Amino acid sequence: MTVTEDQGPDLAALEADFDRTVAAEGRVEPRDWMPEGYRKTLIRQIAQHAHSEIIGMQPEGNWILRAPSLRRKAILLAKVQDEAGHGLYLYSATETLGVDRGELTEKLIDSKQKYSSIFNYPTLTFADIGVIGWLVDGAAIVNQVPLCRSSYGPYARAMVRICKEESFHQRQGFELLQTLMAGTDAQREMVQDAVDRWWWPSLMMFGPADGDSPNTQQSMAWRIKRHTNDELRQRYVDMTVPQAEALGVTLPDPELRWNDEREAHDFGDIDWDEFMQVVKGAGPCNAQRLANRRAAHENGQWVRDAATAYAAKQAARASEGAMSA
Amino acid sequence: MSMADDTTAHVEGEPRFDGTPKAVWPLYEVFVRGKRGLNHVHVGSLHAPDDTMALHNARNLYTRRNEGVSIWVVRGDAITASSPDEKDPFFAPAGDKVYRHPTFYEIPDNVPHL
Repeated sequence: MTVTEDQGPDLAALEADFDRTVAAEGRVEPRDWMPEGYRKTLIRQIAQHAHSEIIGMQPEGNWILRAPSLRRKAILLAKVQDEAGHGLYLYSATETLGVDRGELTEKLIDSKQKYSSIFNYPTLTFADIGVIGWLVDGAAIVNQVPLCRSSYGPYARAMVRICKEESFHQRQGFELLQTLMAGTDAQREMVQDAVDRWWWPSLMMFGPADGDSPNTQQSMAWRIKRHTNDELRQRYVDMTVPQAEALGVTLPDPELRWNDEREAHDFGDIDWDEFMQVVKGAGPCNAQRLANRRAAHENGQWVRDAATAYAAKQAARASEGAMSA
Repeated sequence: MSMADDTTAHVEGEPRFDGTPKAVWPLYEVFVRGKRGLNHVHVGSLHAPDDTMALHNARNLYTRRNEGVSIWVVRGDAITASSPDEKDPFFAPAGDKVYRHPTFYEIPDNVPHL
């Protein structure tokens, strides 16, 4: 191609070119040269995100058969189908980095890759479905909107599609809760109980505090991530407080109050021991979530085989037909 | 999957079920026409056993909210692409031909509609 071909690629020049592109808010595209660390970080982050969407189908799928009306059932089905779609958009993005999505599924069910710890908490009542939409998807939106400007093109584009769909998720959850709050005392208590259980895990969704988040700095330099965990967590708290007031629920934190000086809400300390326990697999539902995912994958093998066999048969018939014609 | 244990003869064109299938479905790239009058645009990829299933999967995955009126699916290995480097000499011939752009030509301000 050029005269430098047999001298091998000039790594320093390639890296400088990459750094310039990223610093100028340019986008990195699949076949561009990129540092190995950048590629690995992206694969880890996008795969973990994809796994979260797929595992996230379970806590809600748990309520599809028990949704109280056809309307709620249809909404919940559509939402769970969206989560599957989001997982697939993201697996599609990882494949542009040279991994195979089948391989990533194997890593998930072998516990070699993680998913968001929030999905290791159980959905005990139907109010949990509303609270997941409002608080959990709300936190996801705060996390995900900046990722639409992530430096890696396929990731950013997948996030644009996902963010467009998340708004439905959050709004249906809030509407569900409003409906319950307009109901009986028992229904209002059910909502408060769900808020009490999900509030702190939602705050943990933003990850460890900035001082304990070793990957943040490099990810921000590479513009994979645009804000620190604590910045996003603060933004989420400030957004959610007025929503809780509108709904008429109490967020379970006695230290939560407006700070005039900071022009932001102060809030209590997060139980990071609990967070680490759940990340390490000791959450209430870790084992069950992975067992379900493994069973779905293994029990689906015959379907994949049958589809492959059918495709082979059709192809063989088509070529026979072509020969005899 | 252990290849060493796999001693069963395989008849060409016939699928086999030996308990260790793991056939990898090919990758398809998906293009969607948002509405009539627009080009198809690349939206992502998926895996499917054949073209028809790829089209159905693309419908379910990429057009759940009326995002399209037409879908193309193309096997990834059927696409030929230019070199990844966008500053490649491949595109150089266009670089120095500024006279292909209308702004190359100076026209007096008092000449209308030009």
